[in-house]
Amino acid sequence: MKILTGNDLETGDVVWWTGEFWSRHVEESIDVADGGDAIAAREEGARRVNAPYVIDAEQTDVGPRPLHIKDRIRAIGPTVRPDLAVRPVDAAAGNWVI
Amino acid sequence: MYKYDEYDQTIVDSRVAEFRDQVARRIAGEITEDQFKPLRLMNGLYLQLHAYMLRVAVPYGTLSGKQMRTLGHIARKYDRGYGHFTTRQNIQYNWIKLEEAPDILAELAAVEMHAIQTSGNCIRNISSDQYAGAAADEIEDPRPWAELLRQWSSFHPEFSYLPRKFKIAVIASDEDRAAIQLHDIGLQIRHNDAGELGFRVYVGGGMGRTPMIAPVIRDFLPAADFVSYMEACLRVYNRYGRRDNIYKARIKILVHEIGAAEYARQVEEEWAHVKTLGLDPPPGEFERIAAHFAPPAFETGLSDEIDRSDPDFALWLDSNTHAHKQPGYAIAVISLKPIGGIPGDASAEQIELMADLAERYSFDELRVTHAQNIVLPHVKKADLYALWKALDDAGLGTANLDLISDIIACPGLDYCSLANARSIPIAQKIAKRFENMDRQRDLGELKLKISGCINACGHHHAGHIGILGVDRKGEENYQLLFGGSGAEDASLAKIAGPGFNEDGIVDAVEKAVETYRTLREDGERFVDTYRRVGMQPFKEAIYG
Repeated sequence: MKILTGNDLETGDVVWWTGEFWSRHVEESIDVADGGDAIAAREEGARRVNAPYVIDAEQTDVGPRPLHIKDRIRAIGPTVRPDLAVRPVDAAAGNWVI
Repeated sequence: MYKYDEYDQTIVDSRVAEFRDQVARRIAGEITEDQFKPLRLMNGLYLQLHAYMLRVAVPYGTLSGKQMRTLGHIARKYDRGYGHFTTRQNIQYNWIKLEEAPDILAELAAVEMHAIQTSGNCIRNISSDQYAGAAADEIEDPRPWAELLRQWSSFHPEFSYLPRKFKIAVIASDEDRAAIQLHDIGLQIRHNDAGELGFRVYVGGGMGRTPMIAPVIRDFLPAADFVSYMEACLRVYNRYGRRDNIYKARIKILVHEIGAAEYARQVEEEWAHVKTLGLDPPPGEFERIAAHFAPPAFETGLSDEIDRSDPDFALWLDSNTHAHKQPGYAIAVISLKPIGGIPGDASAEQIELMADLAERYSFDELRVTHAQNIVLPHVKKADLYALWKALDDAGLGTANLDLISDIIACPGLDYCSLANARSIPIAQKIAKRFENMDRQRDLGELKLKISGCINACGHHHAGHIGILGVDRKGEENYQLLFGGSGAEDASLAKIAGPGFNEDGIVDAVEKAVETYRTLREDGERFVDTYRRVGMQPFKEAIYG
């Protein structure tokens, strides 16, 4: 599957396209199939996202999981600072990344 | 320390106002990201993995207590409570909001700091010896010369769009603590046979994907000709450096391809013209700058005796202090490498404590080192115990300077959008594996440096042991290198063989270290043994 990600223009936060809005949570991503670039252009033009790009992901029981480790780290936060993670209470987050 | 004059302050304040307007226009949609990106980069603002990252310049690594306290304040107010000291003596914040960036720059400007030229293809922050002005082995303080370079290179209209970024380091001792031979230009202040002051000029060093040791292009440059000669060096590069291929755009490629002798000849030719332009400042201007770096009011007649009765203090004393030029004083190094910690990171509270301690014990001065530690350059020996107690209570008393756990590591894939692999977890695991301090001290000086990609911000080419993280089919993989040095005996590390996974690289490092321990002769450091016996015994130990 293909999912769309970028950064919030004003805060820089990593965000994921849900089909309606940009979420901080990768598990809310939808499969954009071949439509990612068009959505990215439209959303970037409306300044709702900065530097969006399409990535490969796999569907899992807990939602989409990016195939590349770089995007999994973007989704969660630095592996060396779990206290700063998007979901700091999730003890299994490290296993999800690696 | 250098103090801004009205021109410096006006320039920096004006840049803050300009950037505030640019940010407002970007948020309002009046300019696109493509238009805005070069503007934010010129103000040190990157977009990294998780957020905007701000790199703040620390000229030649020197800070006052007030400046350091502001860095702690920024960490708390605008970031997530910490900062990361870098391998170019700067500090980076990882969680910056675009809308707040102008306010941060304004707070920096209020303490004579900025983030100008910490990115882009321009002359970057001038780096220097972290012991400048204090070291017993320097012939004079190199920082006035570094400051002169800073003023010459700031907003230099001709060198704002070089083929690629440009890094200069200046030292004034035979011991190289600033890795000058791995810079685009490295400058060593020295005397010639007639006793005149000048520079040995190295050009064309660097790390990255094509590491090179800089050759000497001029053995002695008279001090009076300093600026005009630098101008000529940059002009030749600006004219002939490649702009068609980013991977071949650094000056090291130019110097390598045409040869050091030909590059030097072209510089001399250009210099003959540049010298007629009156670029070299009159002696009075240099003296004005140098006066800012006058030695502090050291007390005289102090004892060099130190009470070593606390064994933990004695270990820190032996490891983390350095000889000072003034009797009764020492240079103290604060390790930002606690076992299992993140190399170079310091919390807002730690940053503020270091500011307090600098004011109390070190004539209000601190230095950032390229090894990602902090220096208090002028501490009375009688105050060292109290200093160490305060540091130790705050988790800053690790006695591991230049030992295997004093690891240089780039932010790696945990933070950096360019990285291919994580660096910090490898540093943490290696430090934990060698956490026994007796074992570390037995191994002696062992400089281990980790980069998360070929750009080599973690200086892996210059490590006695270097580690390079790469992406192998989507998996992190780590190459092991041996034999590098960024010191006066500069050398480039060589790859041992196939790479390892995250746990395998830690085991491989341990096998290499044990091989060294078996083979070493009296007084040999790891790198000395490697240079004597070569790669083969290490390869056999690692790959069997």
